[in-house]
This record gives sequence, C-alpha cells and structure tokens, in this order.
Amino acid sequence: MRQVSRSTRIALYLYGAVILSLLYLPLVSVGFASVSKARYLSFPIKRYTSEWMTAAVTSPTVHELVLTSLKIAVSVTILSMVIGFFGALAFARFQWRYRGLFQKIILLPIFFPQTVLGLALLIWFSALGITPSWKTAVVAHLVWIAPITTLIIAIRAYAFDPALEEAARDMGASTLTVLREITLPLLMPGIVSAGLFAFLLSWGNFPLSLFTTGVDATLPKWLYSRMVSGYTPQIPALGVLSVIGSTLLVAVGLVLMRWMRPRD
Amino acid sequence: MERLERRLGLLSALPIGILLLLSFVMPLLLVAGFAAMPQKVFELAHLPDFSSFAVIWEQGYYKSLLRSLGLAFLTTVILFLVSWPLAYGMAKVFGRFTLVITILVVLILFVSENIRLFGWSLSLMKGGLLEGYLRAWFGFSFETPLYDWPVIVFGMCYVYFPFMLFPLAQGISLVPDDARLAASDLGASPARILFEIEMPLAAPGIMVGCLLTFVLSAGAVAEAKLLGGRSVIVLTDDVESAFTFGQNWPLGSALSLTLIVIVALLALVPISRIDLDAIMGRKR
Repeated sequence: MRQVSRSTRIALYLYGAVILSLLYLPLVSVGFASVSKARYLSFPIKRYTSEWMTAAVTSPTVHELVLTSLKIAVSVTILSMVIGFFGALAFARFQWRYRGLFQKIILLPIFFPQTVLGLALLIWFSALGITPSWKTAVVAHLVWIAPITTLIIAIRAYAFDPALEEAARDMGASTLTVLREITLPLLMPGIVSAGLFAFLLSWGNFPLSLFTTGVDATLPKWLYSRMVSGYTPQIPALGVLSVIGSTLLVAVGLVLMRWMRPRD
Repeated sequence: MERLERRLGLLSALPIGILLLLSFVMPLLLVAGFAAMPQKVFELAHLPDFSSFAVIWEQGYYKSLLRSLGLAFLTTVILFLVSWPLAYGMAKVFGRFTLVITILVVLILFVSENIRLFGWSLSLMKGGLLEGYLRAWFGFSFETPLYDWPVIVFGMCYVYFPFMLFPLAQGISLVPDDARLAASDLGASPARILFEIEMPLAAPGIMVGCLLTFVLSAGAVAEAKLLGGRSVIVLTDDVESAFTFGQNWPLGSALSLTLIVIVALLALVPISRIDLDAIMGRKR
C-alpha cells in the first residue's frame, strides 16, 4: 500500500535533512568561534588556537560557575525524580477523585512563560525574606521540571499491569512492600530517563536561573551577561565545553538505559 | 480496595501538590495582589487603587504587550506551516528516520537556548559564518538581518520548533490511513483531504502545538535581546525592567498579570477538552 509518491518521499527526506542541519548550524558557528585565534571574531577563520579552551578549563571563575550549576542540577535531579515518581502514580496509576483535575494542574507550569515565573518567584522570595541563592534556584527549577518528570514517569506507569501489584497484595504484602518491590523496579527505566531529562534541563536552563540565583551565577546566566555586554572568545569556549558536558552525560545515560533493558 | 486507592492517590499527589502550591500558586497570587497596589510600593499593606493598569494604558506599555502577542502569533503561524510537512513525514512516511529526527531534536533542547541564539548571531552577523564564507568563496555579500524584528521571529521559531513539531507529529499519527484512502478513492483532491480529513482529525495535536508555541514565545525574552539587540522592546523586557531597575513591583505585576490572563484564557479551552489518558496511552 503506497500512499506517497516517490518524489514526495524524497522531497520530505530532503526537507528533514535541511531542517536538522539548520537546527545544528548555530553550534557549528560557536564551535568555530571557540578555536579562532583572533580576539575579534570574523569568518572565514584564518588561524586556529586552543588557548581559549585551555583558559576556560583552568579559570577559577569557571570552576565556581560549574560547581554552582552542578549543585543545582544534582539537587533538582534527585528531588524531581522522587516527586515525579509519586506524582506519576497519582497521575496514571491510582483511581482517585481529583485525578482529572490533578492531571491538568500539573500541565500549567510547563505551559507557563518561564521569565514571568522567574520574576514572580523573585518577588515571592523577597516577600518571604529569603535571599536568592542557588537553593532558591533549585525551587524555581523544580516548579518547571518536576511536572516534566511526572509526565515522563507517567508514560511508563500507564504501560504497566496493575494486576502485578494486586497479586502481591493478595499474597499479603503491605502497601509499602508493594511499592518497594513491585512498583519502583517496574517504573525504574522511566525514573532514570526522567532523571536524565531533569539534569540536562536544569543544567541548560536560563530564564529561571536569571532571576532566582541571586549572586550564585550558573553557567548559562553568566554566559548571558557576557553576551549582552560584548563579544569575548571566552563565551564560545565555555559554550562548547557546556555542550560537550551535556553530550557526555547523554551518552552515559543511553548506555545506562541500554544496560537496564534486558532485565525489563 | 477502592478506598485504599483513593487514599494512595491523594497521598502520592501531595509532594508535587505542595511544591506547586508554595512556589507556583502563591507567587502568582502575590503578583495578582501587587497588580492592584499603588505605584512603587513593596508591601501589600496599602489600599488597592489599580493605578498600574492606568499606567499601562497611559504610558503606552500596552504597545509592547500587543507587539509580543503579534510576534508570538506570527511565530506560531510560521512554525505550523514549517513543521507540518516534517511532522507528516515523521508520522506517516519515514520509518527509522523518525527516530533519528526525534533524538536529534530532543538533544538540541539540552543546549542552553542562549548558547544556540548566540550561535545564530555569530552565523548571521556581518563577517559571520554565512556572510563571511559566502564573501570569501563566491564574492557575494549581504546586509546582516540582525537587530530587527523579523530576526526575532526567526529566533523564536528556531527555539520553539520542537514544541510545535512533536505535538503535530503525535496529532497526525492519530489520523487513520483508511480515512484518507477512502476519501481519495471517492475522488477527493489532496487539498480537500488535508483540510477536511487530516487537519480535523489531527486537531488535538495542532491545538497543543500552537498553544505551546504561542505561550512560550509570548513570554520569550532572550531572542529579542540576543538577536534583536534591544531594537525591539517586548513585553517581558518591560516586566523585567519594572521589577529590577524600575523598582516598580505593582507595574511589573500588572503587566505580568495581563499576559497571564490572556494566556490562561487561550489555554483553558484546549486544556479542559483534552483527554490525557487517551493521548498518553492508556487503553480503555
């Protein structure tokens, strides 16, 4: 049953390839810029150097930025995995009274403009007398990321058979035992991929961090403040390093998930 | 058994419920409260006079609101037209290639949006990647499109592309092949099949995609700053300066609240109609 002509097929494949290359074109520019020797960037690049990269890797400021970004991303990952696990059970598994309403409320923060959310949290924290720091940024990231992890784990929770839990309960397992021995292991692949999403989204987040980190700048926030005040070769160098970091993590995550699959 | 399920449901909804109550609902209520306060106060302990809304009208802040909504609308329309063929391919034509596209599009989301936009400004500037190499290889030069409003729309299309693409592809995959074949057997033209069969059946995906893109781009700020170079002031710019340099929380709150209300009114209809169980794969 062929519904699409050969020429349309080819055109669609080409179109997809063009869009994908446009998607990655800006990263190519950043990559070239990070190894250009000239202080004022101009293409075509004449001489290459790795000095900006070396400077970025050895700079104490950068170490501090990376440390802050890591502290936030790790806290967000752990908390959002736990919150998302329970959230997903309420979303997909248990039949309870306000489930429909709950499902819709969870979507609201994802649909919400992040800059406005960041500013609202900024005045909220200052009304409470809390000085913004990396900890308030964790809360801000969680508002946006915990609903996302909930959805990712919920997709997994929809797929599993409640009869497994009932069987365990019929054989005398307590609610807590069922949760620990049946539900948690079955949802584990979903929880791991949700954790990966949480880390990467927090690591790269800019609009929420901009207003809620106070003096503890994250990598994207610091890069932004540099970008608006003029070009320096540090910006592309750090940008490239940040992308390399995320790529490595994705690779590790994919290997981890592959490794978990056979036991599934 | 059923009573246990009900209790467990409520219990497991608690962590995220408390999180959203304390750091989503309460801050928004605070913003709503400040929106009613007199200018430049920092507590809610004043008599509400709603003067911020008068300021929005008199000092022309509504212009940046209209501008933001206009740019967001344009972004949504363009993204819909650009994404439809690709989403169609992903849902109906490509086999393996769909997975490749999905992975590559998700991966780009993990790169901070300001790094990607910065990359576009390096690509599009005078002496940037595109102009520089075109000039060196073919002796062809062009004026930089940066620092004007069309490039802001382009930047928003670029950043929010995945939020249109995935819902559309999901929506189109809901269109049964039989329906299209039947229509075509009965002699319907491709255009008629598109408008009378495919688009109505893919409506949930279209709604979610358009809504997400519109909302996100109406609240966007980085595109205007990094590509537009402050030549175009969008609403979020005004909100930000009211809260920071301007030290005028009530004005910032009133501007945010206006945006939130407009967005909420738009979002409410589709969100209340969508059956999440059906979209996310529970078989009933």
